[in-house]
Amino acid sequence: MSFKRFWTVFVHRNWEFLRDRSSLTWNLLFPISLIAGFTFAFSGPGLDLYKVGLLNDTGDRNGSEFFQTRYIRFIPITDPSAALTKVERHQLDMLLDPAGRRYWINEESPKGYVLERILRGADAPPTFHKQSVSGRVIRYVDWVLPGVLAMNMMFSCLFGVGYVIVRYRKNGMLKRLKATPLRPLEFLSAQILSRLLLVLVSTVLVFIGTDLFVGFAMFGSYLALFVVFALGAVSLLSLGLLVAARATSEELAAGLLNALSWPMTFLSGVWFSLEGVHPFLQQCAQLAPLTHIIDASRAIMIDGASLADVSGHLLVLAAMSLGCMLIGAWMFRWE
Amino acid sequence: MNALLETRNLVKHFRGVNAVNGIDLAIPTGCCFGLLGPNGAGKTTTVEMLEGIQQPTAGDIRYRGEALGARFRQEVGIMFQSTALQDFITGRENLRMFGNFYTRTLPFGELIEACALGEFLDRDTRKLSGGQRQRLLLAIALVNDPELIFLDEPTTGLDPQARRNFWELIHRIKARGKTILLTTHYMEEAYHLCDEIAIMDHGRIIAQGTPHELLEAHFDDVVLQLPAADFPDPPPPLSHTVVRGQNSVEILTRDVTAAIRELLAGDISLTRLQIRPRTLEDLFLELTGRELRA
Repeated sequence: MSFKRFWTVFVHRNWEFLRDRSSLTWNLLFPISLIAGFTFAFSGPGLDLYKVGLLNDTGDRNGSEFFQTRYIRFIPITDPSAALTKVERHQLDMLLDPAGRRYWINEESPKGYVLERILRGADAPPTFHKQSVSGRVIRYVDWVLPGVLAMNMMFSCLFGVGYVIVRYRKNGMLKRLKATPLRPLEFLSAQILSRLLLVLVSTVLVFIGTDLFVGFAMFGSYLALFVVFALGAVSLLSLGLLVAARATSEELAAGLLNALSWPMTFLSGVWFSLEGVHPFLQQCAQLAPLTHIIDASRAIMIDGASLADVSGHLLVLAAMSLGCMLIGAWMFRWE
Repeated sequence: MNALLETRNLVKHFRGVNAVNGIDLAIPTGCCFGLLGPNGAGKTTTVEMLEGIQQPTAGDIRYRGEALGARFRQEVGIMFQSTALQDFITGRENLRMFGNFYTRTLPFGELIEACALGEFLDRDTRKLSGGQRQRLLLAIALVNDPELIFLDEPTTGLDPQARRNFWELIHRIKARGKTILLTTHYMEEAYHLCDEIAIMDHGRIIAQGTPHELLEAHFDDVVLQLPAADFPDPPPPLSHTVVRGQNSVEILTRDVTAAIRELLAGDISLTRLQIRPRTLEDLFLELTGRELRA
């Protein structure tokens, strides 16, 4: 392994990317515009103005006028502690326990206050007893941001390595490099590290830009989040390398990369929670590196989880990276 | 003479196709060796095996008496028929990039001057003309001051002026004692540049020698050429071979005086008569046939 040859390929690949203004702009603007678009789309009032969690819901809602109120969505709750966390974060406006005659609201939540007034008006004389919680609001944008960052990273990694290597192979660039003393390991590691650097820099820029323009919740450690994104990017780059190891046409590579990336986008919970989907699909989602990146980064950003808390996800990502990289390097052909 | 590059019984089979069928070559140091053949003759496969790009199915390739290895990679320069360069990178950066792959390099100033790169050296390679691009690719092939240089159809697609300029560059490389393996479809190019020629067809070498030796060995006649319009149809009785083309008629003869006498006897105007010796192109067509190849 010659560091000089590795460094040469690394530097020239970076120049190629940085000088391709249209590609660079697209890589930076795409995720910001997505975040801004979604924030705009989800900032307006929905049909259901209020969300009330119902503990021990029996389905019988005739006992109180409160249940007949329009524009309130009643959501059955099975996990009280998770529901309380959601009340703390303004994701639920109220948690109601009809059997225990208790309710919880966040004292800082305007919606909680209005719901309390409605409940008291409908429940006269009062039989429900108030319980208070407090916590910062978690908006959709806070929830969706880790997913969008990870998804952007996925496209950049898969296509940035997979597609580019196949393009080099098809146009004869790899054949020319094969005729030099450059070794596959030097070439591949330069490609992976170059894209890793660019992906991490662009993700950090998007992170900062989104925080400036939109703002979002961040309860965990920045370093922990960086580690998750870095390891996640390596796993996706390795997957891209695996696709590019033998493919000789850009059409085939694009087909394979799309066949990987789009199911991952849907199954990994980028836009919507997977809680309600079929268990088989939830199992399938665990095979996708994107799922582990998103779950780990959401845990850090929203729940303030530590690296130890997300170590399971990190372990899976490390194993996937190693497996794909070894198989990809073994399968790699210049032509 | 010592052979710099040698092959013994070189064979390459693809699925159901015998591309190369037992080739023996010995390319001496300092020689410009031309490998010619029609499309599909197996010359690209042969050259790619010699370059170390493809593995032979059977046979042996030796560079300086050794199997192709790290030393070979360091000491050869290759200019492929078509090579894409990295996008958004200038000629100078390309030279530097390829130069960094080798332990020994030519001084860039010398290389830039030798290949006349000065005017477009800092231009993005996507914006180069055909001739400029070929000169840059040649400079990249020479960046490590190679002992053996593979030039695979280096002038295909160039205009006559650019082709002549390119020949000058190759003459200068030859003058430095370098060994060159050249493939080309231009017989005139092979005649001008090559010290030795091998003609391939159907995966085998069917003729080999210096251009002069090959012409001497295969031809003892000359060609009398007349415009087709000056030659009657049906032709008069001639005792020499007549080849009728679309625009001209060629009479192949060992006795020019006798042939001219017969033409005069047939009342054929000789005002536009041309007499030329046999060329490599004649030899190529005679050995490989005149039918179209895909």
